[in-house]
Amino acid sequence: MSVDKDTVRRIAKLARLAVPESRLEPMAGELSGIFQWVEMLCEVNVEGVPTMTSVVAQKLKWRKDDVTDGNQADALMINAPGGEDHFFVVPKVVE
Amino acid sequence: MNAPIKNKLLKGETSEWEIVIGMEVHAQILSQSKLFSGASTTFGAEPNNNVSFIDAGFPGMLPVINEKCVEQAVRTGLGLKAKINLRSLFDRKNYFYPDLPQGYQISQYKDPIVGEGEVLIDLKDGESIKVGIERLHLEQDAGKSLHDQHPDHSFVDLNRSGIALMEIVTKPHMRTSEEAAAFLKKLRAIVRYLGTCDGNMDEGSMRADVNVSVCRVGGYDEFRKTGSFKTLGTRCEIKNVNSMRFIAQAVEYEARRQIEVIEGGGTIAQETRLYDSKLGETRSMRSKEEAHDYRYFPDPDLLPLEFEQSWVDAIAKTLPELPDEKKARFVKGGLSPYDASVLVAERELADYYEELAKGVDAKAAANWLNNEILGRLNRDGLSITDVPVSAAANNAIIQMISDQTISGKIAKDLLDIVWTEGGDPRQVVEARGMKQVTDTGAIDAAIEAVIAANPDKVEEVKAKPKLSAWFVGQVMKQTGGKANPVAVNAALKTRLNLPDEG
Amino acid sequence: MSDLISMTLAEARDAIRAKKISSRELTGAFVSAIEKARPLNAFITEAGEQALTMADAADKRIAAGQIGALEGLPLAIKDLFCTKGVRTTAASKILGNFVPPYESTVTQNLWDAGAVMLGKTNLDEFAMGSSNETSAFGNVINPWRAKNSNVNLVPGGSSGGSSAAVAADLCLAATGTDTGGSIRQPAAVTGRVGLKPTYGRCSRFGVVAFASSLDQAGPMTKTVKDAAIMLKTMASVDAKDSTSVDIEVPDYEKLLEGGIKGLRVGIPKEYRIDGVPAEINALWTRGAEWLKAQGAEIVEVSLPHTKYALPTYYIVAPAEASSNLARYDGVKFGYRAEGVRDITDLYEKSRGQGFGAEVQRRILIGTYVLSAGYYDAYYSRAQKLRTLIKRDFEQAFEKCDVLLTPTTPGPAFGVGAKTSDPLEMYLQDVFTVTVNLAGLPGISVPAGLSENGLPLGLQLIGKAFDEATLLRAALAVETAADFKHSPAKWWSV
Repeated sequence: MSVDKDTVRRIAKLARLAVPESRLEPMAGELSGIFQWVEMLCEVNVEGVPTMTSVVAQKLKWRKDDVTDGNQADALMINAPGGEDHFFVVPKVVE
Repeated sequence: MNAPIKNKLLKGETSEWEIVIGMEVHAQILSQSKLFSGASTTFGAEPNNNVSFIDAGFPGMLPVINEKCVEQAVRTGLGLKAKINLRSLFDRKNYFYPDLPQGYQISQYKDPIVGEGEVLIDLKDGESIKVGIERLHLEQDAGKSLHDQHPDHSFVDLNRSGIALMEIVTKPHMRTSEEAAAFLKKLRAIVRYLGTCDGNMDEGSMRADVNVSVCRVGGYDEFRKTGSFKTLGTRCEIKNVNSMRFIAQAVEYEARRQIEVIEGGGTIAQETRLYDSKLGETRSMRSKEEAHDYRYFPDPDLLPLEFEQSWVDAIAKTLPELPDEKKARFVKGGLSPYDASVLVAERELADYYEELAKGVDAKAAANWLNNEILGRLNRDGLSITDVPVSAAANNAIIQMISDQTISGKIAKDLLDIVWTEGGDPRQVVEARGMKQVTDTGAIDAAIEAVIAANPDKVEEVKAKPKLSAWFVGQVMKQTGGKANPVAVNAALKTRLNLPDEG
Repeated sequence: MSDLISMTLAEARDAIRAKKISSRELTGAFVSAIEKARPLNAFITEAGEQALTMADAADKRIAAGQIGALEGLPLAIKDLFCTKGVRTTAASKILGNFVPPYESTVTQNLWDAGAVMLGKTNLDEFAMGSSNETSAFGNVINPWRAKNSNVNLVPGGSSGGSSAAVAADLCLAATGTDTGGSIRQPAAVTGRVGLKPTYGRCSRFGVVAFASSLDQAGPMTKTVKDAAIMLKTMASVDAKDSTSVDIEVPDYEKLLEGGIKGLRVGIPKEYRIDGVPAEINALWTRGAEWLKAQGAEIVEVSLPHTKYALPTYYIVAPAEASSNLARYDGVKFGYRAEGVRDITDLYEKSRGQGFGAEVQRRILIGTYVLSAGYYDAYYSRAQKLRTLIKRDFEQAFEKCDVLLTPTTPGPAFGVGAKTSDPLEMYLQDVFTVTVNLAGLPGISVPAGLSENGLPLGLQLIGKAFDEATLLRAALAVETAADFKHSPAKWWSV
């Protein structure tokens, strides 16, 4: 599977990564190399093989419906790069 | 389905069209804490107060599921007569948005907790139709962005982030805006009966996205026959229609817009549209239009959600009587299907009715509730939960009417009295002498005695009818105050041949 | 002083309990060793002052007779574990000056047992790398140098700061995390012990996530016994991690005794890989002989899907990472780019500037393999292969109790030697990555020196939640190898 420059641009957009125009071509080359290598998985017949959903035999833990968390708006904001009156602040979003 | 479709058609410029509607309803689960964190779900808290580091997507934070939310989803599934899946999976839906702090929403994609079910809806003309439920799944709610506080900034509050939602998806089985509104009403009634969602649309605990398409006449029946979507039109999704009234308006507007486009030679693009309740129209949401590719995959922080059939059975045993069953019972008890369906729409109303109707005629109780109680509530802007006169007190009034203790007219006066002043209706009837005296002989005898003793007064009152009050007073004296003044008045008028007002 | 810092964890523990040394003395020795070793760049954040405060508190508890399992013992913590009030970076610019308002379960367990934190060790950015060269805080230098050479070598990765710190005697032991080999590979190339427990044995709560279904915390120590001691405290059943397993944590140190008579040791034939140097295979054969000499039975086993493990890993891990790293968006915490036009610009620039090249590469791979039209071909297929790889192990473990393999395809390499080709770097994990995919425990034990005088490790792989047997076999290798070498302390002259 070879990946072209436009694909890298599209994927970078999906991942919200600003990849400089000059990096698109080299990145396409690197990714193509990796995907060509990964192609070897196609040799394996996986028909009827279940996809792995959990690597250990363990039942999902359930929690009681108790309020045990919250009331910490100050602690929540101390690392915020944009914070005001306990709100996170971002450039205006237009819907 | 087999009902005449005539009234379901919409006339365009060149031909008639069928509307096909499906719905995705987000219902907030009633629980103390969030789906995957121990933060509170209380509405209206200070900004970012009900937020754990899990809800805010902090590094190293992990989700742990709330058992109550699972139970509520199963309970709702049972209420929708749906298939409960004993094993389901949580997936991540990946997209970037400021109120989605993890950069993904934990949802259920391929394997939801609840599969196919159905909801029966009653229409005004007496028709009942079945709306198929495609699935119900559990997911996290997003936070809230405030866009109108500042010219350049949006403010993000994560209090809602992580609250458990049930997304309930219907099949495209609705054909008119009335059916769409009736479905949502019915669904709301069901979840409220079950206690799994408060159905409060104002606070956003129930939100509907409506899928609308139009097709040529016959296209819908063909779809129902074959199951193939080919004969249906391209649908548009109208986001966040947040009141019953707007649903009808949004559907009407959108269907007409689509017909106009198609008749004008255009094609409908599958897109997301927003209903603007101020303008009464739908418009394309450009922000959602950019190619979304949610990259769903099973959440590796969670294991499959599994439980036993016995647990589901135990929940089923605790299910309350639901609207359909209640309605059937009411009809059996003597109500018309329409009256019964109105009464069961709200669990509180139905409960009130049941107490009101104890030991009295069902139809009489329903009429009393509809005409007298609901009328007064409506006048005062109150809901059934605020009614100032208890069902038991009203039941007593109805009993007094039926055993002729009081007349129907007096009963209304009596309700007015206890409505504003309070008090026990039977005591009020006693205290105010409202009892209807059925023994007219006693009243007539008293009247004759007064006439015989005061012949001159008889002549006077014939000239001056206003003086009849004097006679009433005398008759009351004669009967020791037990006679009903109204009845005395009436008897006097007849006996003395008085004109109607005097 | 140097004998203080060269003690093993067990020796230091016993010396403290016997009141031969105080925690303050011991901690002070490490603090000054760390200062002298700055050329190694093993630490991102040194916490000397806090360490001495913790040591004093430990000494007080010791005086009062309240002695926890790790009372007063100074440790280094990989900077992927969130530590309350102490900056946590994941070696990335994107976390900025993130100071967690919470503590990871694993580190909390350590502090509850009385341990002392010396600082936060360097790593590959978000644990993505095998040489500690992707760190935003500069690469770490391996304390080891090749015979007659002063060329700087890498300490392995991603837990390269931890491996260098343990190798250079800058701590008694360190924590690491292992997603594809990130504990075992750096331990091997620095001559130390590295244990990756069974998936679910140590809580992931509070550990910055790389690939959730593969990440597992574990100890990096000087000896197998130290690894047993550390694991006992690090491991727990945690209600805050849905994937933490409800199995009681045994006393691994006690279970070390008893030898390996009758133990069946499997040699997977698929681990003889073309291009791996002869000395690696020779060491492997020697390891089998050591175990045989101590009464183990050697059996050949087959893990037929071995060669597909690495490509499978390079689909699954980046896919999960692309989603796990979406939360670093410049909104709630961490780095936010300046001068942005709108919200999308804020996301793209913050992430474009905040993530390094390798992390970006993996986010792109992960985004691609999950995107519409490619999910089935890549992600879904990879998760099926994972099932097959796990089955291989289950079948092999019908014939044996542990597996013996090399840990790495070679010794430590030069700084910059493998950075031009990502694939070449990825091959570092060829022997270790299968273990993560199958969720099994694995341990690397120093077993000898390469021709050019650099340490090499042997890996043992155990059955799920049978760390006790794994550690017993590891002790047998350790005893037979009698690896007494240590690097010359060239940095502190």
